[in-house]
Amino acid sequence: MKKSLIAGLALSGTILSPIVAYAETEVQFWHAFTGRLGELVKAQVEEFNASQSDYVVVESHKGNYSETLNAGIAAFRAQEQPHILMVFEVGTATMMSAQGAIKPVYEVMADSGAEFDPDAYIGSVKGYYTTTDGDMLSLPFNSSTPVLWVNRDAFEAAGVDPDTDLSTWQKVGETLDALKAGGSECPLVTAWQSWIHLENFSAYHDVPFASKDNGFAGLDTELMLNGEAQVAHLTAMGEWAKDGKFIYTGRRNEGGANFRAGECALFTESSAGYAGIKAEAQFDFDVRPLPYWEGVGNAPQNTIIGGASLWVMEGHDAEEYKGVGAFLSFLSSSDVQASWHQNTGYLPITAAAGEATRLAGFYDENPGTDIAVIQMTAKEPTANSKGLRLGSFDQIRGIIDEELEAIWSGDKTAQEAMDSAKERGDALLRRFESANK
Amino acid sequence: MEKRVTFRGWLLPLALIAPQVIISAVFFFYPAGQAIWQSLFIPDPFGLSAQFVGLGNFEFLLNDKFYRASFLTTAVFSILVTLCSMVPALFLAVLADRLIKGSGVYRTLLIWPYAVAPAVAGVLWLFMFNTRVGVVSWYLGQLGYDWNHVLNGGEAMGLVVVASAWGRISYNFLFFFAALQAVPRSVIEAAAIDGAHFWRRFWTIVLPLLSPTTFFLLVVNIVYAFFETFGVIHTITGGGPQQTTTILVYKVFSDGFVGQDLGSSSAQSVILLIVVGLLTVIQFKYIEKRVHY
Repeated sequence: MKKSLIAGLALSGTILSPIVAYAETEVQFWHAFTGRLGELVKAQVEEFNASQSDYVVVESHKGNYSETLNAGIAAFRAQEQPHILMVFEVGTATMMSAQGAIKPVYEVMADSGAEFDPDAYIGSVKGYYTTTDGDMLSLPFNSSTPVLWVNRDAFEAAGVDPDTDLSTWQKVGETLDALKAGGSECPLVTAWQSWIHLENFSAYHDVPFASKDNGFAGLDTELMLNGEAQVAHLTAMGEWAKDGKFIYTGRRNEGGANFRAGECALFTESSAGYAGIKAEAQFDFDVRPLPYWEGVGNAPQNTIIGGASLWVMEGHDAEEYKGVGAFLSFLSSSDVQASWHQNTGYLPITAAAGEATRLAGFYDENPGTDIAVIQMTAKEPTANSKGLRLGSFDQIRGIIDEELEAIWSGDKTAQEAMDSAKERGDALLRRFESANK
Repeated sequence: MEKRVTFRGWLLPLALIAPQVIISAVFFFYPAGQAIWQSLFIPDPFGLSAQFVGLGNFEFLLNDKFYRASFLTTAVFSILVTLCSMVPALFLAVLADRLIKGSGVYRTLLIWPYAVAPAVAGVLWLFMFNTRVGVVSWYLGQLGYDWNHVLNGGEAMGLVVVASAWGRISYNFLFFFAALQAVPRSVIEAAAIDGAHFWRRFWTIVLPLLSPTTFFLLVVNIVYAFFETFGVIHTITGGGPQQTTTILVYKVFSDGFVGQDLGSSSAQSVILLIVVGLLTVIQFKYIEKRVHY
C-alpha cells in the first residue's frame, strides 16, 4: 500500500504541475507556504522569471513542512523529484545524510558559475546548514528565532508597568506574580515549546542539547536535555503552570490565537509571528529579547533559528542546475532578502540585507523588528549554539512534547520527564545512526 | 438437501474467479507482502540503502514500553468506539422503526454524518470542544467544569472516541434499521397478544433476531476503530496529551509518514495485521456460536 501511495502522490504531483513553454529550461520549486507567505514566494518567482528569459521557475505548494518533505521523498523514490525542495530545519539531518539524493548548494553554485559568496550570509543562520568543513549544503530561505511578545494593554489592565524589565526569567517570574495578582487569566503562553524552551534555551545559555556538538560532529550523538540548567527552567515553568501563570495551549502555535485575541500578557514565539500579530492585534504590543536565567551558563549567548532551507535534488541536467544556481543567487540578493525580512519578520540571511533594511529606516519605523537579528548575531556562535543536527528529530520533538505535557499536568517532575525524553530520544538516534551507516 | 452445481474441467471456474483473485493479489497480497518484507530492514527515507535487521524492528518495538502501552490504549479506544457507535445506533433504529410518519426524513438525517470524512469530523468536534473558542467547552465552563483536553488525558480520549464514533452511528443505524424491518411482524404481534410488553418483546425476540447484524457490525466496527481512525486522532490530539490517545494505527501513520521510519512503520503494520487477524478469528470462533441465523 505504501509504495503505490507514494507513486500515486508523485504522479499527481507531475500531472498537476502547470505546463510551460519549453524553449526555456524549467526549474521545479516545491515549497510549504500558503496565505500571505505563499503570495510573497509567488511574487519572488514571478520577479525572477520576468528578469531573464533562459529559465522558468515553476513553484508549487505541497502542504505543510512535513508534507512537503514527504512529497519530495516520495517523488525521489519515483524519480520525479523537483529541482528545489523546501525542507524545515528539523529535516536537516535527514537531508544531509541522503547522499545521492541531494546536490550540495556550494557545488551547484560552483558548477553553474552563479554569483555566490558564502561569507555574505549571517554566521548563525548559515551555520545550521553548513558542514563542519564550511561547505554550504542548502540555502537558508526563511529563518526566524524566538522572542518575547508583550501585550502592553494586558499589563495596564493588571496594574503592571508595561515598560518593566523583562530581560531575565527571574524578572519575568516576579512580573508573572504581579500579573496574576492583578487578575490576569493568562500571564504567559508559548508556541513551539520544545524549540523555544529546550532547543533555544540550551543554545542561549550555552549548555549542550546533545553531545557531539549537538550532533554536528557525528551521528553517534546523545541527548543532553536533562542537564541541570534545562531541568531548573522546566521546573520553574511547571510551577508557573500549576499556579495558572503559564497556560499550556498545545504543541504547535495554538497559543498565538490566545495572544492575538488579547487574552495573554506575555507570549514566547518566533520573530516571524510579527506579520500575524501586526495584522490582528487590537492592542498595543511590543517585542523584547527572549529572557534568560541570570547566572546560568553563559547566558545570553545567541539563540538559534527555526524555519526552512532550500535543498537542490540530484538527478537533473547540467543546464537545469544552471537555472537553479541563477534562481538561488537571485533569492540571496540584498533587495529580495531585505523586502522578505521586512514583510515577514523572518531574519535577513545576508548581513547586507540587514544593513539595507536599517538604512531604509525600517527598524526606526517598526521598533523591535531588529531584536531577533541582534539576539542571533550579538555573539559568535559556540559549539552549543550553532544549531542542532539530529536524525529523526521530528519524532524526537514529539517525544519531548509528550514529556513536557507530563510536567505541565504535574504527572512528572522536570527531571523525570527529561530523563525519560533522553532515554526515548536516544533510542531513535541509534536507529537513525544504523540506517545511515 | 443442499444443491451443488459441479463444473466440468478447470478453465471456466478459474476464469470466473480470476478477477477477484487478481484484484486481491494486486491490491492486498502484494502490498501486505511488501510490508512484511520491509519490516525486516531499516531503510533510509530516500530508499538509497537499507540495513537488513531481521526481526530487529520487532524487537525494538516490543522492548519499547510506550509501544506496549499503546496496545492497552488501543483496546480501550476500540471498545469505547464500538460501544458508542453501536448502542446509540440501535436505540435510534428502534425509534425509527416505530415511526409511522416522516420516517424517511428521520432516516435521511441520521445517515448524513456518514458522509463526513473522519478528519473533517475531527475538526468539527475540535471546534466545539476547543478550550478557547469551543461552544461546548464554553457551556461546560458556565457550569463550573474546566474542560481542557490539551492536558487532561481522559477528556482527550473521550473526545476522540466521540468524534470517531459519531459518523459510524449512521452506518450502524442503517444496518440495524434494515434488520429491524426484516423482523417478522407476525411474531411480534403474537407475543403482544400473549401479553409480552415492549421490553420483553425486545429482549426475547428482536435482539436475538438481530444477532447476525450485531455480530457483523461488531467485527466491522472493531476493524474501523483499529484502522481508520488516525485521521480523527491526527486532527484532534496528535496522540497526546502525553501518549493517552496514541493508538497503534496512529503510530504506524506518524512513524511512517511524519518520522520517515518506514522499517518500524512496516513492522507495526505487520503486528497490527496479526492482532486484528487474531481478534477476527476469536470473534468468529466464540461469539459467532451465539449468533442465530
